Amino acid sequence: MRKRRLRGLRARLVVAFGLVAAVAAISTGALTFREARTGVLQQSQDATIRQLRAQLNQHATELAVPPEESALREFAKDVAATESQGSWRVLVTYGDRSGSSAPGDPFTEVTPALREAVGSSQATVFQRVRGEGRTSLVVGMSILFGGRDTAAAVTGVHVFLVVPQTTEQAYVDALVTAVERAMVVALALAVVLALLAARGVLVPVRKLRFATRRIAEGRLDTRLAVNGSDELADLSHTFNETAAALETSVAELREMEARARRFAADVSHELRTPLAAMSAVTDVLDEDAARLDPDTATAVRLISEETIKLARLVDDLMEISRFDAGAAVLHLDEIDLAESIRRTLAARGWTDTVATDLPPPHAVRGRVDPRRVDVVVANLVGNALKHGARPVQVRLSVGGAGAVIEVRDSGPGIPHDVLPHVFERFYKSDTARIRSEGSGLGLSITAENVRIHGGTVRAANHPAGGAVFTVELPLWRDESPEENPS
Amino acid sequence: MSRVLLIEDDPAVREGVALALRRQNHDVAATATGEEGMDRLRAFRPDIVVLDLMLPGMTGLDVCRGIRAVDQTLPIIMATARGEEVDIVVGLEAGADDYVVKPVLARVLDARIRAVLRRASGSAPRAEGLPKIDTYGDLAVDRAGLTVALNGEPIALAPSELRLLLTLSASPGQVFSRQQLLEAVWEHDYHGDARLVDACVKRLRTKMSEPPRAPRYIHTVRGFGYRFAAP
Repeated sequence: MRKRRLRGLRARLVVAFGLVAAVAAISTGALTFREARTGVLQQSQDATIRQLRAQLNQHATELAVPPEESALREFAKDVAATESQGSWRVLVTYGDRSGSSAPGDPFTEVTPALREAVGSSQATVFQRVRGEGRTSLVVGMSILFGGRDTAAAVTGVHVFLVVPQTTEQAYVDALVTAVERAMVVALALAVVLALLAARGVLVPVRKLRFATRRIAEGRLDTRLAVNGSDELADLSHTFNETAAALETSVAELREMEARARRFAADVSHELRTPLAAMSAVTDVLDEDAARLDPDTATAVRLISEETIKLARLVDDLMEISRFDAGAAVLHLDEIDLAESIRRTLAARGWTDTVATDLPPPHAVRGRVDPRRVDVVVANLVGNALKHGARPVQVRLSVGGAGAVIEVRDSGPGIPHDVLPHVFERFYKSDTARIRSEGSGLGLSITAENVRIHGGTVRAANHPAGGAVFTVELPLWRDESPEENPS
Repeated sequence: MSRVLLIEDDPAVREGVALALRRQNHDVAATATGEEGMDRLRAFRPDIVVLDLMLPGMTGLDVCRGIRAVDQTLPIIMATARGEEVDIVVGLEAGADDYVVKPVLARVLDARIRAVLRRASGSAPRAEGLPKIDTYGDLAVDRAGLTVALNGEPIALAPSELRLLLTLSASPGQVFSRQQLLEAVWEHDYHGDARLVDACVKRLRTKMSEPPRAPRYIHTVRGFGYRFAAP
C-alpha cells in the first residue's frame, strides 16, 4: 500500500515539480552567485592594489636603499596607516631584513611561493588566502626605481600587504543565503503547484474509480458528472455511455430471465389442475387393473405410474421456479438431525435397505428447515438407490462447518466428466438420454435446499468405489428474520 | 365411512376426487362454488370439508371463515397450490385443520381425512391418574368431556386446537418442539409443516383471549417450540 502510494500520480507529480524547481533555482542561483562573487572580489582587489600602489609611489622616495630594519618598519607603518580603518597589515622585506606594521606578527598568509613569485617578477602578485575561518587578500609588490624613459631597476625591497576580506566574505555569504532561501521558496511553490495539478487530475480519476467500483457492486445506475472538455471529461463521458449500455443489456437480460421463470411457473401451475384430477383416480385405476384383460391392465398401470411421475415433475418444477424467483423461504426449527434422518428413511420404507451411522439422540441438534432437510436426505438416498448400488450408507457427524451428512453407495461411482454436472437440472450422463426414474431435478433441488441453509454439497467418488455425496449444514445461527413467527 | 363435503371448482378434479373418495368408502357431496358449499352444509351435515382455496366468487378463505362462524368444531382440510405460502398461512389461521397440496393422491387425502377425523372423535392423549377436570387459573380443561372453559364460559375449539391444548396441558412446564406437536396432534409421520403448529397456536391464543405480547398459558420457546404454564 505504502509502495503503491509512493508510486502514485500525486507523488510522482510532486517529485517532478520539485526536481524542476530545484534544478532551475540551483542553476540560476549558481550563475548569479558566480558573477556576483567575481564582481565583488575583483572590485575590492583592484581597489586595494590601486591604493597600495599609490601609497608605495608616495612613500618609496623616503626609503634609502639599502634600508635599515628600522626604516623598513617605519615604511611599513606609514603604508599601513594610510588605510583609515587600520585593517591593513604591511610587511616590507629587503633580503634578510624585514619590518612590519604589526611587530611580532608571523605573517603566515605570506607563503614562500608568494615571496618567490614577488622576488622573480616585477608584476604585482596577489593571492586570496583562506585560513582560521577567514579569507584575506595578500598582495605582493617590488619597489622599482626608474624614470619614465629608462628601464626600471629592481631595488630588492618587497612589500606585502594583507587585507582581511570580512566584508566581501559577508557579502558572498549573504548571496549564498539569498540563493538558498530563494530555492526553498521555489521548492515550496513547486510542491503547492504540483499538488494543485495532481488534484486536478486525481479528483476525476478518484471519482472514476469509485464509480467503477459501484458498477462492479451491481449499482448500474451510477453515472459521473462531466465537467469541461478535456481528456478526463472524455473518459467520464465514455464511462457513462458504457454504464448506460451495460444497464440496458442487464435490464433486458433480467426481463428475459424473469419471463422465462414466469413461463415455467405458469406452465407448472396450469399442469397442476389436470394432474390433480388424474392423481386422484390413479388408485382407482390400479385397483381395477387386476380385473381387466392384460393389455388394458398394462395400459392402465402405465397411465397410473406416469401420472405419478408427472405429478412429481410438476412438483419439482414448481419448487425450482420458487428457488429461481427467490421465493423459497426457510422455516427454521430446532431439531435432532439424527432423528430427522431416521424418520426420512422410515417414511420412505428405506430403514431396512439403508445402513446408517448416526450419533446418539440429541448429539447433533440444529436450527434447520426440517422439510428441506428431509428433501435433501431423501433425494440423495433415493439417488444412491436408483443410480448406485446397494449397500447405501448414510453417515451423520459434526465437522468444522456444522453437521456433515454423507450418503455413499457401492456402485461404480460417477464418471469424471459427469461429476461437475451432477447438480445441473435435467443433466443426463448418457448421451442416449434414457429417461431416468426421477424428474432430473432432484439433485439440483437438493443443492438449492442446501444453499438456502448456507451450506455446501459436493459429489465425489470414494477411493474404495461408489459415489459419495457430502452435505455440510451450519447448525447454530442467530435469530434470523426467516424464523417462524409465533 | 364419513361424510365429506368437497368444494372444488374444476369439474375434472371434483369428479376425480369424489370418485376416489367414494371408493375409499366415504359419502361424498361435491359442489363447484363456495356459496353452494355453504348451502349444502346444513342439509348434508358433513363430518369434514375438503376445500379448494382458489374458488370463483366466494374464495376458499371466505368459505373457511364462514364455516368457522357457524361451526367451530367441523374439521376442514384445505387443498391448495403448493408453496403459495401466504395462502397456506392465511388459510390455517382462518381455521383450517390441515392442508394438502395439489396434485394429491387419493390415498394421501384419505389418510389426512382419517387423521383429522380421529382427532375430532376425541381420542385425546390422556395420562392415567389425572383428574378429569384440570384447572389452570381461569382455564378449566375437561379431559373426559373434551370441553374447555374460560372463567366458566365454555370456548369452542376446533379438533386440532383442542388436541393441541390437551397435549400441551397434560405436561405443564414441558417444552414441546413443533415436530413433537405435529406428531402428537396431526399424526404426521413425515416432516410436516411447522406452520400448522404456529397457526394453530395463534388461533388457540385468540380463542383463549391471550394477550399477544405476554401470553399466560401457552409460552413460545424461541427457536424450539411451545410450553404450557399454569399461572
